[in-house]
Amino acid sequence: MAKHRIEANQVVRIDAGGVLHRELNARLRHAVANGTQRIQIHNVYGQRYIGTDLGKPVEIEILGTPGNDLGAFMDGPRIIVRGNAQDGCGNTMNEGEIVIYGHAGDIVGLSARGGKIFVREDAGYRAGIHMKEYGDKKPVLVIGGTAQDFLGEYMAGGILILLGLNLSERARHKANFVGTGMHGGVIYLGGGIEDHQLGKEVGVAELEEKDYHILQKFVGEFASHFGYDAREILERSFCKLFPRWLRPYGSLYAY
Amino acid sequence: MKDIVQVNNPYRDDKVIDACSLFGAMDISGRRFSGEGVIRAIANMHFRGNGLGGGFAIYGLYPEYAESYAFHIMYLSVDGRSRVEGFLKDQFELIYDEEVPTRPTPGIVDPPLVRRYFLEVGGHKHEEQSEDDYVVDRVMEINTRFEDAFVFSSGKDMAVFKGAGYPEEIAEYFCLEQYDGYLWTAHGRFPTNTPGWWGGAHPFCVLDWTVVHNGEISSYGINRRYLEQFGYHCTMQTDTEVVAYAVDLLMRKHRLPIEIVAKILAAPFWADIERRPSKEQKLLRTLRQVYSSLLLNGPFTVIIAHHGEMIGFTDRIRLRPLTVGVKADMLYLSSEESAIRLICPDLDRAWIPTGGEPIIGRLGRRCSPPSRGQVRC
Repeated sequence: MAKHRIEANQVVRIDAGGVLHRELNARLRHAVANGTQRIQIHNVYGQRYIGTDLGKPVEIEILGTPGNDLGAFMDGPRIIVRGNAQDGCGNTMNEGEIVIYGHAGDIVGLSARGGKIFVREDAGYRAGIHMKEYGDKKPVLVIGGTAQDFLGEYMAGGILILLGLNLSERARHKANFVGTGMHGGVIYLGGGIEDHQLGKEVGVAELEEKDYHILQKFVGEFASHFGYDAREILERSFCKLFPRWLRPYGSLYAY
Repeated sequence: MKDIVQVNNPYRDDKVIDACSLFGAMDISGRRFSGEGVIRAIANMHFRGNGLGGGFAIYGLYPEYAESYAFHIMYLSVDGRSRVEGFLKDQFELIYDEEVPTRPTPGIVDPPLVRRYFLEVGGHKHEEQSEDDYVVDRVMEINTRFEDAFVFSSGKDMAVFKGAGYPEEIAEYFCLEQYDGYLWTAHGRFPTNTPGWWGGAHPFCVLDWTVVHNGEISSYGINRRYLEQFGYHCTMQTDTEVVAYAVDLLMRKHRLPIEIVAKILAAPFWADIERRPSKEQKLLRTLRQVYSSLLLNGPFTVIIAHHGEMIGFTDRIRLRPLTVGVKADMLYLSSEESAIRLICPDLDRAWIPTGGEPIIGRLGRRCSPPSRGQVRC
């Protein structure tokens, strides 16, 4: 294999039709080990774990519907999905970027500890569950549409932005239990939400100067990925959800 | 002897934990289609199961015997067969019977004998009893009184095929690509805390009601005790069985529509009920009170079917997945969207329903996605 060195900007095309996930991921590892920087995978129908164990900033474009745990434990690659993602996308990812042109299934970004995920449409249940941060490792999840229940559940860190672009004027999100168990990180939420839809660990505040800087940066990236006008998005009204206690059970065993 | 697992795998994490796979396809125009696509779709989710159960339900299957109850019975012994066949001759008019055709299939080990019987009730029942009730009673009688024999399918113009194996192996074994139906459901099993055996595979069936299920019904005990009061006896050693009997009780006997049944099986939380308009509150409270023992607790996704209808829904906080796809007259329900796309890449719409919200496919009525602001594409 080594004698066929691949040009840096050459796109390697892989036909995943009928290929099991183990073999597909082995082929990806092989391609990346050979210095490939851009990969296009065709006919993806549910193969799991794409993007895991590559450890290099390779760009992978997926045509089709990738399987569960897309980008699990991912450390560096950039994944573009021309379609919808299934459940567990970005599971415990450490570094890299996932850009989804359709919707994401349940638990997108679960336990992420770094990297960025952009979802153009909606997200399923428990988006951003238990995202966390440490030092300069801070995961970012931006969802263009709305999300289902338990958004940001047990969130321990990172930035979760829900834009609500497909909600009509003054409509509210339908998600309940938003931020249940949240004890770190921040959620910026465009579109309405009522108090009863929030977990009891969540406080609501207006955005401050520094919040707008953060929002501007990531809405800008979202808009450039999907061809939106960032200024138009930022003109919508946003609120900030934050954890009221950082250690809600700190004294649970202390009597 | 030294336990080398301690050396090779100190975390004992080699046991692959996964989940069942569900798939359903219905042509709402009633056009019958072959199972080839459904088999490919459920096989595409191979890794969700572990080979300990696979099965299919097919509607519009036996048009030549459409007025007869089609019993599919598995026999674990020759004695079981002769006793049950004597019973069937006493209790029914036997129109036709035969062994269900099979072919040798790698992976299908030690299969029971599976035979099908086309039966009519005729003058055997009491005057005031319905034919359906008579049939349910006889199914319960065989499954509880006779050893080594299980009626696992008992509807008209439909049937269940199932067994221990991966679903694609079960399909090959029973030659399912040769059958046509207008509604198919399919299941790949990952048994968690009940045995993987032929009777425990999904779908579960009574009359033409079938259920495939992913999850764990932690309310099984209370559901089962409640259903026993109505003559339903659980014999398949698996939680899902209660769902089949619950829908038979609620939909056939109590004549409740699925929209109401979903509010019983996956009842809204009390806090949600309190925020509804007062008339709706009263209805939801009444349902929770009257049918409290049929609340299904624990994580689940089910696809329920009977003639003319296919229904999918999840527990109210969606601890198991369900995706919907629509293409013209076809409605697809699946654990994973990729399985739908494999056999229908150019869906008109695909979306993820809210927990507890039933997705209903009805003959002659197109299924449409929810309004703005819900998950869809």
